[in-house]
Amino acid sequence: MEILVCIKRVPTVGGKIAVTADGQEVDTRASGFSISPHEECAVEEAVQITERDGGSVSVLTLGPEAAIEQLRGALALGAHRAVLLETDGREFGPIATAAAIAAEVRVHPYDLVLLGNEAADTGDYQVGVRLAHELGWPVATGIKSLSVEDGGVVARREYRGVEEAYSLPLPAVVTVKEGINLPRYPSLPGRLRAKRAAVDRTSPEWAAEGLRKSALRVPESSKHQAEVLGEGVDAVPSLVRVLEEWGVLA
Amino acid sequence: MTALVLVELDGTEPADASLRALTLARSLGDVNAVLFASAAPQDTLGRYGVSDVYLIEPSSLEGYAPQAWARTLAGLAAETGASAVLAAGTDRGNEVLAHLGAITGLPMAANCTLVTPDGGKTHRLVRHRWAGLLLEDAVMEAPVALFTVATDSVAHVSAETPTSIQVHVHKPELAESDLLVRAVESPAGAGGASLATARVVVGGGRGVGGPDGFASLEELAGLLGGVVGVSRVVTSEGWRPHKQQVGQTGTKITPELYLACGISGAIQHIAGCAGAKHIIAINTDPGAPILAHADYAIIGDLHQVIPALVEALRGR
Repeated sequence: MEILVCIKRVPTVGGKIAVTADGQEVDTRASGFSISPHEECAVEEAVQITERDGGSVSVLTLGPEAAIEQLRGALALGAHRAVLLETDGREFGPIATAAAIAAEVRVHPYDLVLLGNEAADTGDYQVGVRLAHELGWPVATGIKSLSVEDGGVVARREYRGVEEAYSLPLPAVVTVKEGINLPRYPSLPGRLRAKRAAVDRTSPEWAAEGLRKSALRVPESSKHQAEVLGEGVDAVPSLVRVLEEWGVLA
Repeated sequence: MTALVLVELDGTEPADASLRALTLARSLGDVNAVLFASAAPQDTLGRYGVSDVYLIEPSSLEGYAPQAWARTLAGLAAETGASAVLAAGTDRGNEVLAHLGAITGLPMAANCTLVTPDGGKTHRLVRHRWAGLLLEDAVMEAPVALFTVATDSVAHVSAETPTSIQVHVHKPELAESDLLVRAVESPAGAGGASLATARVVVGGGRGVGGPDGFASLEELAGLLGGVVGVSRVVTSEGWRPHKQQVGQTGTKITPELYLACGISGAIQHIAGCAGAKHIIAINTDPGAPILAHADYAIIGDLHQVIPALVEALRGR
């Protein structure tokens, strides 16, 4: 099976998130970059499928040249080929992103395209679906279990305590969520291979979209530093009083 | 101006997240609701200001098929001259509106917290980025605006005056390809109360120490009529299943009380629990980041504090 996995370079945010002075981007002066857990799981899922059934995994990102770091990270986990859709630093909206990925899929015969359910940064929740419509392929989103069966895939997720199973003929697009597997750590030979691997490049066209960002900001929190009720078990009576006041004790 | 809202049901009543979407939709004009069901919870919809309800006969669909739902919304939006189509920012809401965006070629803004019409085909909006850790101010220009509504940020407020409702039964025009991908449902695992809608969540993090440490948290959750949620490290270590994870890549919760035990408070975890009304942290570290997001804290070992709390609650 030929599988394409789409990943995105995003800032690694730990204890805090801040915005640049012009309000246009996340301040990354003190942070590194990574891909989201959903996408790590997408890479792992693709590698597991090809280890079991044969085929190869290509990994793709739309982003600046620096995103090669994330492509190499995916190669180290077992992906075979890397594709950079290089941007000039402008943020592509979800419609242009889906169109750029579709152009790559049209020139390579993939059976399955995997994406994360949503990008960690923009959270648009639509690139996978738009890609599927561009290609005329079926799509399932938010998937937590995937199995290959008789020329198709069965994709499963949960909705309000009920399991939903979707049967998709191939080729298909599937967006996955963390929890579908436990991603492996890169091996040393994997890292060495990733370092030397070639990266295919193209430069898709940026296009304006109907939804335009004005600015980003950190929301004002309604919470301030917690009031300490006490230390250890001695604080339990005060805790019970607070719970009573809030009416959470039935 | 008319807004068409996809309403998801929780049993026979509108889901909490859909009531939030209806509340936001009222700022856009008249509100029409679409339900994929054979009957409408008319009293609740009227309280939330809905004027017309379109019931989609289940017989024409047989279960959830995201593209067919989107095609139905596209047809109804055209028929009713809707200026906006909204859904809750749930798995289904985001998925159906993504399909609607792809079918119509229109932009879609996910997880909005505020939308204001700005004349003609323009809307100003605020939406979540980074699962709500950042807000984006944005402008949407589109003949029909597509929005989903953040499930943990917009309050649900009923209308000042209830409306009387007109119910229409609608039969969508669907192509065979719209029904290709559809859900086959079966009850999942243990089930139980849902994390997303629980009134009380008892959270456990690295401080719980291992898979065996959760018994007392489960007992406490039971006494409080709640459920257990966990931080990402707990699911990455395989101590608990991923469906119990609270956070950016897990579940976003909106309980009355979140009791965070042995959780340091990584920003991705805060994204999942910021919708809680009250937060109490139990942590050995008075400098843990979770304390900056909590109302109250107890500095101490959860392995001592929780059994003591369980005993105090049992004695009541």
